[in-house]
Amino acid sequence: MRRIISVLVENAPGALSRVVGLFSQRGYNIESLTVAPTEDETLSRLTLTTLGDDHKIEQITKHLNKLIDVVKLVDLTEGSHIERELMLIKVKASGAQRAEVKRCVDIFRGQIVDVTSTLYTIQITGASDKLDAFLQAVGDASIIEVVRTGVCGISRGEKVLSL
Amino acid sequence: MLIRALKDEGVEFVFGYPGGAALHIYDAIFRQSDVKHILVRHEQAATHAADGYARATGKVGTVLVTSGPGATNAITGIATAYMDSIPMVVISGQVQSHLIGEDAFQETDMVGISRPIVKHSFMIKHASEIPEIVKKAYYIAATGRPGPVVIDVPKDLTHPAYTFPYEYPEKVKLRSYTPATRGHSGQIKKAVQLLLGAKRPIIYSGGGVVQGNASHLLKELVDLLNYPVTNTLMGLGAYPGTGKNFLGMLGMHGTYEANTAMHHSDVILAVGARFDDRVTNTVSKFCPNAKIIHIDIDPASISKTVTADVPIVGAVDSVLGEMLALIKDSDEKPDAEALASWWGQINDWRERHGIYTQNRFDTSSDKIKPQEVIQAIWEVTKGDAYVTSDVGQHQMFAAQYYLFDKPRRWINSGGLGTMGFGLPAAMGVQMADRDATVVCVTGEGSIQMCIQELSTCTQYHLPVKVICLNNQALGMVRQWQDMQYSSRYAESLYEDSLPDFVKLAEAYGHVGIRVTKKEELKAKLAECFALKDRVVFMDIMVDQSEHVYPMHVAPNGSMRDMLLSKTERT
Repeated sequence: MRRIISVLVENAPGALSRVVGLFSQRGYNIESLTVAPTEDETLSRLTLTTLGDDHKIEQITKHLNKLIDVVKLVDLTEGSHIERELMLIKVKASGAQRAEVKRCVDIFRGQIVDVTSTLYTIQITGASDKLDAFLQAVGDASIIEVVRTGVCGISRGEKVLSL
Repeated sequence: MLIRALKDEGVEFVFGYPGGAALHIYDAIFRQSDVKHILVRHEQAATHAADGYARATGKVGTVLVTSGPGATNAITGIATAYMDSIPMVVISGQVQSHLIGEDAFQETDMVGISRPIVKHSFMIKHASEIPEIVKKAYYIAATGRPGPVVIDVPKDLTHPAYTFPYEYPEKVKLRSYTPATRGHSGQIKKAVQLLLGAKRPIIYSGGGVVQGNASHLLKELVDLLNYPVTNTLMGLGAYPGTGKNFLGMLGMHGTYEANTAMHHSDVILAVGARFDDRVTNTVSKFCPNAKIIHIDIDPASISKTVTADVPIVGAVDSVLGEMLALIKDSDEKPDAEALASWWGQINDWRERHGIYTQNRFDTSSDKIKPQEVIQAIWEVTKGDAYVTSDVGQHQMFAAQYYLFDKPRRWINSGGLGTMGFGLPAAMGVQMADRDATVVCVTGEGSIQMCIQELSTCTQYHLPVKVICLNNQALGMVRQWQDMQYSSRYAESLYEDSLPDFVKLAEAYGHVGIRVTKKEELKAKLAECFALKDRVVFMDIMVDQSEHVYPMHVAPNGSMRDMLLSKTERT
């Protein structure tokens, strides 16, 4: 099962490498990883998505908690949550294709952020499966370049991850 | 500043080796006398010596090495300490701050290289951080589940001209590190109920009981309930080896009665043990009828390989203390009838195949059997020595036949299985207790991995007794080759290339004694241990063909599936 784990780590040199190292060392996989400082400059927030059964996820969270630089973490997929990912994508857009791609972008509520005579550069945000669906809709043949930020997420309602 | 911080931390000994990047620190060592430095002959030995010191005393071992090769040589010893949860602080010199990342002379990314094998590591960025980081390092190393901590110190930050107001913090607090202390009282109650209701109980205790200074509580619990108890390789001595409820070690080379009792038990109380693959054999076949209570200070150890029915995260001394109080207050008593029949069954197993009820090796052989040597050492030292070991057959024989009545007496590399550990570890133990009898049980293979330390023993007058069970082969490798590779001895034999260990010992200024005849064994051992102030190297020629038994059947065997000798199996 796919899980989204959000981790508050000390904003210290080497903290990220400890988290990433833990995953490779123990044979866990990371599907995506995002990291940036938070409003408290001593903390970074890291969001990672991984695949595993309950036993594996329990081990992952326990081992993450054991890292001295990890202050707090939550498995967002345990409760209702909001997840977002941003994607920038260059798509072939010439002739009749141009209008078709534009329509598709509108349907997915994306934006065309750059244009040349043969290409559109599109920005689109949403949950990962929405981005996957957009890629499928546009089709491999038209795609020139894709860049995705990886997932970030937050719990719904009153629940917060903070100190 | 660094050495002053070590002094304020109460560090007695630093095991180390100087080099360019550490020279400011070494100069500071020279100009004081509170913190004593022991110069080893190889950095690996520094880490093992600090490790032996830590295991024998329960204090944090301290290592000081230089950058580059000094740091990388220390890696094996750090990994050894990590696998066995030994508290250790390793200070490594680093090239000057402005050279980091430029492939400078003797530069290596120590924090990076050591990352997977440390509990935590620090890179010092400003000299003023030194006292606080030293305090944090010792705190992290010693608390919770202990482990090694690395402090990497760029040379320029230890320059004596770099001064700042020094203050050593009394306490340290880390918001992201709160080691478990007390266990959950609801869980403890549940555990006590389960334990008291057991028909076929067994207590399985590990290194955590030794590390957590809870041996006396374990003994009290075992005696109160009259339940059988088995120790892991790391846990030997946690319950007295000569105690009546002791079934011996469990696991791959555990006793028949311990492994069989585990397999047939209905309740297992696991204390400070981690269900290692060398204990469980095939996990899916592990103790099919047992409910498992698992006490461990590290939540990640619980349900890692074997799922616990009653997990308790907490310090073993506190949890065992609470359990004892509850049991004493409880109206419920263990089922005496069930327990008597369980003991009857266990005693029958003991009688049939136990290694302590009768000798399970050929005592009529002309050749010296390694088991006999260990039994003889136990007799001559009255079972009261510190015994360090290297890794291989001799390690297993020592674990099986030297019965440890006290914790912290059996010092071996259980998790990583590091050959070369024994001699330097023995030096660390001897530094901690100058009057103690310290024996290093080794083989002609392992000893050659750190034999240079015989020179360190000379320099610091460390009268360690090295007992080399010389079978002229890598015995454990040879055993596996006998069992699984039709006796094709691929690179496990020395073909007459071994040194004359007696002369070698003499060259280092020590006493060397060779034993080739069985009838001489006891007298020569007595001679060895009578030489209280000397290092004695005993080169004992033992039977090359001897295998370690019992041995778990693998792969796909359960706890009770064992080979009992070359011809018998369960």
